[in-house]
Amino acid sequence: MAEKFINVTLKIWRQKNAQDAGKMVDYPLKNVSTDSSFLEMLDVLNEELVAKGEEPVAFDHDCREGICGMCSLYINGEAHGPDRAVTTCQLHMRMFKDGETITIEPFRATAFPVIKDLIVDRDSFDRIMQKGGFVSVNTSGNTQDANALPIRKEDADNAFDAATCIGCGGCVATCKNASAMLFVSAKVAQFSLLPQGKVEAQERVKNMLHQMDVEGFGNCTNTGACEVECPKGISLDNIARFNREYMKAAVLGSE
Amino acid sequence: MSDTGLTKTSIGRKILMALSGGFLMFFLVMHVTINAISMFSPETFNTISHFMGTNMLIQIAMQPVLMLAVVFHLSMGVVLEMKNRKARTNKYAMNNGAANSSWMSRNMIVTGIMVLLFLLVHFVDFWIPEMVTKYANGDMTGLLPDGGMRYWEELHHKFANPVKVGIYVLAFVFLGLHLMHGFQSAFQSVGFRHKKYTPVIEKLGVLYAILIPLTFIVIAIFHFTTQQ
Repeated sequence: MAEKFINVTLKIWRQKNAQDAGKMVDYPLKNVSTDSSFLEMLDVLNEELVAKGEEPVAFDHDCREGICGMCSLYINGEAHGPDRAVTTCQLHMRMFKDGETITIEPFRATAFPVIKDLIVDRDSFDRIMQKGGFVSVNTSGNTQDANALPIRKEDADNAFDAATCIGCGGCVATCKNASAMLFVSAKVAQFSLLPQGKVEAQERVKNMLHQMDVEGFGNCTNTGACEVECPKGISLDNIARFNREYMKAAVLGSE
Repeated sequence: MSDTGLTKTSIGRKILMALSGGFLMFFLVMHVTINAISMFSPETFNTISHFMGTNMLIQIAMQPVLMLAVVFHLSMGVVLEMKNRKARTNKYAMNNGAANSSWMSRNMIVTGIMVLLFLLVHFVDFWIPEMVTKYANGDMTGLLPDGGMRYWEELHHKFANPVKVGIYVLAFVFLGLHLMHGFQSAFQSVGFRHKKYTPVIEKLGVLYAILIPLTFIVIAIFHFTTQQ
């Protein structure tokens, strides 16, 4: 597709700090290349703002290759914008029309408080991971060959699919209940499918679920919105598996 | 160790919602089947109604279980909705929910409350008079003063009023919308998801959500149009 240049009006959430009430501010932006990514478009806006002596818009980003999970943004009412299976850095301006008004907000959830403008604090995900998103097996010195343990191809594939979750929080941002079930379920499933992870399956599911609830995420109501908006296409299969793992732990668990 | 009790965790509460909803869906099948008989045979309808209304196992054991399921399902529904609202106190200026989910799945609380309001009307119409007749007045005969059975007559005459029929039809539409998401959601909540069976469950859910309310609607309209 040939490069075009479009004019857009950006409605951006501006918030000085966590205490500030914040508000939407309009920024007209001219001659935006349709080949630029959404974040590059914001870079251009920020250069203009800096040149005018104004405060640039703060937003999260890191790898800009769609693999780190750092970029966020709720664009025109959808996490990572209108495109499917992409992060915001992989969203391109060709998805927008000339003259369009684009609304840009931070991911909103009680468990994701705004730090500044479009940057939110996603440490709640880290605290959930610290409760069991790992395998406590000593791997230093005498690591076994991965192929020494036979694993069913389907299980290996499903575990790998779950492990592709980049922890961006798009599922939480999208969910009408701000539920973190897709994220936590992927982190539970990637281990519960594999023999190394099965050892601590019960403790993992109980502890991670408990932390998820403590952080103030909402309850899953199976709308399926998370799966649609997930940049990595994490499946609702993981949520069903998480539900099953919880039942196993709650019913058969020793405590 | 964390508390794993069903009522203490988010997943546990969802499982209880699914189980109570599942029980209510099972009850609906029975309810609609018995009511549908009223269109074909007033005698059979009377016989079954009299049995259901006077059998002590049903009255003392099953009826309270049903009540409990209804009260639990609706109060837990409200509790979960309030928790979910607390999980996002700062709303989006723009939210395009239609891009990723169905209206039914996003409005279970709305359709649920509409069904609850209908239930109040329904209880005033049928259940309270039934309780008064049987337990306050002690009339367990199921008979009218003229000697005939009362159940079919009572049902038939309730639907003489077009406004009442309208309310019932509207309520069944809301029930259908609620079930459209609820049926398949219940399976997902208890972890029943399978590449082969989930597509079948989704189709069954649509069929159930259309067939059950539609039959109720047909019954209401049948009685309205066959008034003497």
